[in-house]
Amino acid sequence: MIGSDFYLDDPRPADGPPVIVGAGPAGIRAAQTLLAHGLRPVVIDEAPKAGGQIYRRQPDGFGRTPKDLYGFEAGRASDLHQTFDRLRPQLDYRPDTLVWNAQGHSLDLLHTAQRTADSLRWRDLIVATGATDRVLPVPGWTLPGVYTLGGAQVALKYQGCAIGDAVVFAGTGPLLYLVAYQYAKAGGRVLAVLDTAPAVQRYKAAPAMLAQPTVAAKGVYFLSWLMFHDVPVHHGVQLLRAEGADRVQAMVWKDAQGAEQRTNCSAIGLGYALRPETQLADLLGCEFAFAPLHRCYVPQIDADRRSSVPGVYLAGDGAGIMGADAAEISGELAALALLQDRGIKTDAARQAKLRQQLDKTQQFRQALEVAFPFPDDWAARAPDELVVCRCENITAGELRSTAASQPQGDINRIKALCRVGMGRCQGRMCGVAATEILADTLQVPVAQIGRIRGQAPIKPLPLDMTVVSADQEASHG
Amino acid sequence: MVKQLGTEVVVIGGGIMGASTALFLRQRGIQVVVLERDLCGSRSSGVNFGGVRRQGRSLAMLPLSQRAHQHWGRLTALIGTEAEYERSGHFKIARSEADMDSLVRYAEKTRDCGLDLQLLDGAALHKRFPIGGAQVVGGSFCPDDGQANPRLLSPAFATAAARAGAQVFEHTPVLEVAHNGQRFVVRTPDMEIRANVVVNAAGAWAGQFAEQCGEPVPMRIRPPAMGVTEPLPFFLHWSLGVEGGSIYCRQVRRGNVVFGGGPGLVLDDTRARNRHTTVWAQLPQLVELLPQLKNAQLIRTWSGNEGALPDHEPIISESSRQAGLYHAFGFAGGGFQLGPGVGDVMAELIAQGRSSTPIDAFRIDRFSDPACST
Ligand SMILES: Cc1cc2nc3c(=O)[nH]c(=O)nc-3n(C[C@H](O)[C@H](O)[C@H](O)COP(=O)(O)OP(=O)(O)OC[C@H]3O[C@@H](n4cnc5c(N)ncnc54)[C@H](O)[C@@H]3O)c2cc1C
Ligand SMILES: Cc1cc2nc3c(=O)[nH]c(=O)nc-3n(C[C@H](O)[C@H](O)[C@H](O)COP(=O)(O)OP(=O)(O)OC[C@H]3O[C@@H](n4cnc5c(N)ncnc54)[C@H](O)[C@@H]3O)c2cc1C
Repeated sequence: MIGSDFYLDDPRPADGPPVIVGAGPAGIRAAQTLLAHGLRPVVIDEAPKAGGQIYRRQPDGFGRTPKDLYGFEAGRASDLHQTFDRLRPQLDYRPDTLVWNAQGHSLDLLHTAQRTADSLRWRDLIVATGATDRVLPVPGWTLPGVYTLGGAQVALKYQGCAIGDAVVFAGTGPLLYLVAYQYAKAGGRVLAVLDTAPAVQRYKAAPAMLAQPTVAAKGVYFLSWLMFHDVPVHHGVQLLRAEGADRVQAMVWKDAQGAEQRTNCSAIGLGYALRPETQLADLLGCEFAFAPLHRCYVPQIDADRRSSVPGVYLAGDGAGIMGADAAEISGELAALALLQDRGIKTDAARQAKLRQQLDKTQQFRQALEVAFPFPDDWAARAPDELVVCRCENITAGELRSTAASQPQGDINRIKALCRVGMGRCQGRMCGVAATEILADTLQVPVAQIGRIRGQAPIKPLPLDMTVVSADQEASHG
Repeated sequence: MVKQLGTEVVVIGGGIMGASTALFLRQRGIQVVVLERDLCGSRSSGVNFGGVRRQGRSLAMLPLSQRAHQHWGRLTALIGTEAEYERSGHFKIARSEADMDSLVRYAEKTRDCGLDLQLLDGAALHKRFPIGGAQVVGGSFCPDDGQANPRLLSPAFATAAARAGAQVFEHTPVLEVAHNGQRFVVRTPDMEIRANVVVNAAGAWAGQFAEQCGEPVPMRIRPPAMGVTEPLPFFLHWSLGVEGGSIYCRQVRRGNVVFGGGPGLVLDDTRARNRHTTVWAQLPQLVELLPQLKNAQLIRTWSGNEGALPDHEPIISESSRQAGLYHAFGFAGGGFQLGPGVGDVMAELIAQGRSSTPIDAFRIDRFSDPACST
């Protein structure tokens, strides 16, 4: 009915190596599985080294041992790194390469070191883009010295340095304890761990936690270790603000009894678990649905990690946060599904077992949500002056007043009107907090606020990049 | 339960055309209902480049464009906001002698149209507008053209119409327009609206309603490709175009440079995007034109669906088949600036049966004349 010469018409290629985006635990296991079945995948990652977030590797010349870097996970980390190093000669591995766009069956790449761009056609694609911190700001969070938990951990793992010499870790979730432990273990001074989850939640979740006794035991271990080493751990707190003149000097908070407390510090690591990195799946046209467990929209997958788009598989945290061990499992599952869809024989029993393991993680994940609940009252408590979107300097108050005139609540409309999520991060960082504030203001479920639409580029792109080879697509004008 | 509603005029589409038509109808005291499938001003009208430009338009379009220009000049009175509208000037440069000749010819042709174009040769141009890098032979400056923020402006037209008494329904797709011999019956999923007049302002999707009424038009979808940089210190004071097309840009108040040029991609019936080959063509041109952008970063690209007719003129017309049906669509490339003028003309046409601004070139039946069809 409607004619256009500009329709996207890009049939799926009949052939070509499978492509994996992301060389974290999910991507690496996927690559290993494909190789084991005789396919040689292309593995793309914007990081200079494989390993992903949790098993991020240090730059050359840094000499800390895996045990120092990864603690309990040292075994898994070494295993994964060694696996990758062993496979690497067989892989078409492209580090320092950002996938900034997906168009039909092409991925657009930026080779970050040389600033060159080209594109790559795919026949089948495993998206294993992982997660980033779920950011819920407090007043003062834009002061130098305030980091996300993930950022604090990256500093420690990647650069071997601490975010400050006297650190407070605040927020909630297992990463809170893990990072505090890692800092303290590495010789950092941890002044306090401030958990917004009340202690009682931990007991409520305990039975279900036993779905993964070893993981649960690790959590208990971190907590006990911190207590044993006299790191104060407070549950059921309310974070009020970070204070400081030119840089952060204190965290001000309310304890479970409601008394205001102040902890002087030189840095704060702040975090409320993670959010999936879904931009690429969005550009690929994958269908999304609201996932109450993650409190956000995630791309839909079947039990074997097939997305709604033929040939696109979603592995790891990018389709919902499940953690590193599950990422490995899901990476293998996704690869097996891909192989199956290519008509290559796979081990059905192995697949069944992996699915079962993932189910278990899912149960555990639900228990974690009980133990470390999302702070439902965060949005209601956020003061009007709180900067929510730091790229565009949009405050909670501005969001509230914009929302008041937009009873439909749609976040894209609100973005258009007040610029929230319109800066360099394109809402990848502020989207969660903005959504919560809008839902609270309008008194509607978070799902009703929708999600910020993704558009290329996934991350900022240098204007002066050089195109080395455009793909062979016919140009229309 | 299907809700029954009666009104004088139903407007299909809450883009700038539909919303401004509704506003001007209300100013004439006429009852109107606006039906918008999505959110008002969320399609072309809300995602366009934001150029409010008369320079470069066809002679046929200039009277209408001038009428719109008057309304832009009193925007706050009209819709209660200025939505970052600025008469910053529109500056079109020529990169070759041939292009300069064409600018000169355009200036001559439009001498009496009120554009006040200023032609500048290379030296004068560099003195007045030190834009740097490009191989610029000369340019043409239209001082009262400008720019505005479409994200704010187009929804504001709908809000203003509602404030003036129009009934505006969002998330309300029109499924069918029929005529029962006496009145139009317009159906949406949960409403049936009877009206004496229907205005088809459904943008790139308007063709289906023309077709339903027996007058199909050869409209094609065109998706102009847009992009924006991160915010930068302010340096670009006017909206900038290049003769022959290919790239145009402006710097918004926040500091970001918005640009366009070249075709995007239509993904499906409602969505469009930039395309990678276009991005690759745009970026080097932009850096060449404005070396200030060399170290800047691109943060977002997008596109939108607009409807284009073979002669590049829109349709602003009473139906040739059905009394009481009016069309206003097919504004590819330049409908944002025209919006307030079109609304005013449509209201005049409906209220008085004629337009005081010439719109004959935009008749819908021009394509049924074999001499004109392509
Ligand atoms: C900062 C941080 C710290 C964490 N620490 C822990 C921890 O200590 N313990 C724990 O159990 N879990 C931790 N997690 C969670 C854990 O990282 C994940 O569960 C696990 O890494 C998921 O594996 P993955 O393969 O799905 O993704 P990741 O390990 O995140 O790997 C994704 C990879 O994709 C690449 N990538 C993403 N987008 C693109 C793109 N557009 N173009 C190119 N490459 C791209 C990234 O560079 C990255 O290497 C942490 C997460 C984060 C974000
Ligand atoms: C990327 C881009 C850049 C542009 N740049 C400029 C510029 O710089 N300067 C300029 O002057 N012009 C520009 N234009 C053109 C200008 O934006 C359009 O001509 C103008 O917005 C058209 O307005 P409209 O109201 O006809 O269409 P739209 O804004 O598309 O409105 C039509 C409305 O009808 C609704 N609709 C469709 N079908 C139905 C249905 N069945 N029921 C109910 N509602 C329906 C749609 O949802 C839509 O909201 C640009 C256009 C684009 C896409």
